[in-house]
Amino acid sequence: MRYLPHTEVEVRQMLERIGVKEIDELFSGIPESCRLSRPLNLPEAKSEAEVMAQLRALAGKNSKVFTWDSFLGGGAYHHFIPAVIDHLISRSEFYTAYTPYQPEISQGTLQAIFEFQTMICQLTGMDVANASMYDGASACAEAVLLAVRAAKKRRRVLLSRGLNPQYRETVATYCRYVDVELVEVPLVDGVTDMAALETLLDDQTAAVAVGYPNYLGRVEDLAKLADIAHAAGARLIAAVAEPLALGLFKSPGELGADVVVGEGQSFGLPLSYGGPGVGFFAVRKQDMRVLPGRLVGETVDLDGKRGFVLTLATREQHIRREKATSNICSNQGLNTLIVGIYLALHGKQGLKRLAEINYSKAAYAREQIAALEGFEIAHSGECFNEFVVLCPEPVAELKTRLETLEILPGIALGRDYPELERGLLVCVTEQNSREQIDRLVAALAGGEA
Amino acid sequence: MSGTEGRGLVLDEKLLFEQSQPGRVGYSLTGLDVPEAQPDSRLVRKEITDFPELSEIDVVRHYTRLSTWNYGVDSGFYPLGSCTMKYNPKVNEVAARLPGFADIHPQTPEALNQGALELMYNLQQDLAEISGFPAVTLQPAAGAQGEFVGILMIRAWHEANGRKPTKVIIPDTAHGTNPASAALCGYDVVTVASDGLLSKDAVAAVMDNDVAALMVTNPNTLGLFESDIREICDLVHERGGLVYADGANLNALMGISRPGDLGIDVMHFNLHKTFSTPHGGGGPGSGPVGVAEKLIPFMPKPIVIKDEEGYKLDYERPESIGRVKSFYGHFSIMVRAYTYILAMGGEGLRRATEMAVLNANYVRARLEGEYDLPYKQRSLHEVVFSEAALANDCHTLDVAKRLIDYGYHPPTIYFPLVVRGALMIEPTESESMQILDEFCDALLAIAEEAKTAPEKLRMAPVRAKVRRLDEATAARKPKLRWEREDA
Repeated sequence: MRYLPHTEVEVRQMLERIGVKEIDELFSGIPESCRLSRPLNLPEAKSEAEVMAQLRALAGKNSKVFTWDSFLGGGAYHHFIPAVIDHLISRSEFYTAYTPYQPEISQGTLQAIFEFQTMICQLTGMDVANASMYDGASACAEAVLLAVRAAKKRRRVLLSRGLNPQYRETVATYCRYVDVELVEVPLVDGVTDMAALETLLDDQTAAVAVGYPNYLGRVEDLAKLADIAHAAGARLIAAVAEPLALGLFKSPGELGADVVVGEGQSFGLPLSYGGPGVGFFAVRKQDMRVLPGRLVGETVDLDGKRGFVLTLATREQHIRREKATSNICSNQGLNTLIVGIYLALHGKQGLKRLAEINYSKAAYAREQIAALEGFEIAHSGECFNEFVVLCPEPVAELKTRLETLEILPGIALGRDYPELERGLLVCVTEQNSREQIDRLVAALAGGEA
Repeated sequence: MSGTEGRGLVLDEKLLFEQSQPGRVGYSLTGLDVPEAQPDSRLVRKEITDFPELSEIDVVRHYTRLSTWNYGVDSGFYPLGSCTMKYNPKVNEVAARLPGFADIHPQTPEALNQGALELMYNLQQDLAEISGFPAVTLQPAAGAQGEFVGILMIRAWHEANGRKPTKVIIPDTAHGTNPASAALCGYDVVTVASDGLLSKDAVAAVMDNDVAALMVTNPNTLGLFESDIREICDLVHERGGLVYADGANLNALMGISRPGDLGIDVMHFNLHKTFSTPHGGGGPGSGPVGVAEKLIPFMPKPIVIKDEEGYKLDYERPESIGRVKSFYGHFSIMVRAYTYILAMGGEGLRRATEMAVLNANYVRARLEGEYDLPYKQRSLHEVVFSEAALANDCHTLDVAKRLIDYGYHPPTIYFPLVVRGALMIEPTESESMQILDEFCDALLAIAEEAKTAPEKLRMAPVRAKVRRLDEATAARKPKLRWEREDA
């Protein structure tokens, strides 16, 4: 076997040194009654060529966003990935390393995470960001737990109906056996209903969580939401599923959010059927010591030279065990590296311009679709690169019709939003050319594509 | 590599922000082919203060230089106990990057992504066969999230049966994630002392009808197989509890013993340990969970099923605990693990386990005597020494740092907590006898240095990018981001 270096001669020598005759004796600590008495029922070992042939066959059965015209978003976004990224993350000093618990030989990972934390702070307008969480959904759940922890006795959390449905489900799972009451805040014109929010807030409310942009593509009025939440003594959690929007729109931090979480997949990660992504988590200074997850901090070595270490570990499970701020043990290491490289390449100007391009493309598609007979744009206000179309025909039928033209027109909203049974969530990014958008519009209209 | 001669080219590298030059760009964007549109100016942000501005070569050099300060499995031996730092096959990386896997959107209709679902279904089946559990969910993002899912299912099962037990029993050798995960499910943690092995008497002494579950790691973090496991499972089941297994050490059992056959009710896998997917400097991992028949209704949704029409995502699971993350799990990690299983085959996986156990026992045989071995039972895939035999008040930390000077990543240290100054070595199956001999020679040389030149240990490392770092100040005055000095 190519991954196992042992020759038969070496195995003999090693057994001799150990003082046993057969390998089986090494397993003498396992009682006979606990042994598997047959070989594993798995196929035989394959050559690399055979493995790749089998995997290519499986991969060949899938519909790629580069060969189809895809207008799918909804928490996973098709953006261009610069060639630099895969080359750099393929440095095996990065991807085959462990968690940087030994800082003297992990300065590469540690400095990269320190830079990641800094850029997440700059982008979100917050003071402190951690070294990442699993994804946007679990980061949102941890944000709710943080808010409840920090607010001491308050046990109520309000979730906007505009928050990504998968984030809301994840929050519900995380809070299943924690003493927290989750209450939904309804929408009006696709954004959080402020009047309803004011009614629902009380002195037991620890936090309000909203999407920015929200699941329906709408840009929420965070400043006003923050004012309302703060007036009741609650924290405002902003969950950002499409962080490219922060290249263009005001940061949640400057608008008054107390916790900003989100999904970094847009910044250079392949779609990979939805995972792995990379969750980000940023707070104000006051919440630094109740943060979940790893943190990298700057320090100096014995010679006074700058270096980086994992720090404030007394919050974490390996020290605090059942009293830790979270059970999380890993971060999304390599994916924070991707985000760091992506943001470093795009920088101050590139991120802004890319966001403007996304905005303009989506605006164009929205106008073209709005002009179609029978189609309506569901909401009137500002969107980023996603918007909801109300279709004249059942959405399932429309999708099937367009799929025969190799167009993935968007996500049917009926399952998560029965009130938008005719709703289709359309996402347009820089990866969609005008020609593709025009083809979509023609196909929606029923004309020749 | 051993010895302490020579020193490579170690480059210094500023932070991205310190290299930034106004107007420099590292991107190329396709020109806009639709009319320019502007949002309401009141919503638009000003420029992102101090965000970097760099060219492509700046960025490439920056990260390339940073990479040279790291140490990966490809750099050399990485004997981290309980982390299973085995070789990460390169074909796994190629497979995960196939466009038919990397460029597929999770909201694509299931009928159009049958290959992805088939791969997930096959991986569920393979993991079930390896572990002896009838069903496996691939959704959890990492081992700790797998634990969380497992305990959630246990609690949901109790509640479905009208029970409200309040405690979870955890041995003192357990990973810290175990008690943290139990607490997240609202349980009180009861720690039970083990003398190397968990005895049925020790479990019986703390068992009552208020115990929801026992969490056990098998083999445990001392590398010892919990030989009473069947009787322990029976004891817990008799009082209405369930048994959770932490599968971190599954690399010791493939093809030898299956946790699902032993009475265990639920177990998480670490694809990034046992199934060769890279650790990535801290993640992403993947933590599938196998369950006994009675817990199947409570599994997270969706799971992948197969019927006459093909492969599907099943959401119709009314008793499910729900979801713990977006979409279906860490798919690209699943591709890597599946690639590994295909390459190894059933027999190859068993051989990997055998070689991992052989390697650990070889290291043990070579070091026992010079290093104190507190638990003498036959160990499996890892061996734990204590600092008791070190001369001149040298400590485990000093040995670990000195190993860096000899060109090795240190073992896991100060864990498990039951061993004073634990030095936990897990060589994995990837290392040859020559590598192990060189490593043992280094450790023996360090033990000798402790006797004759202890300052060499206390001052170590001297050959790394930086010397020992001031972690106390880092925690007392946290500096968690870069900020402009004059700001």
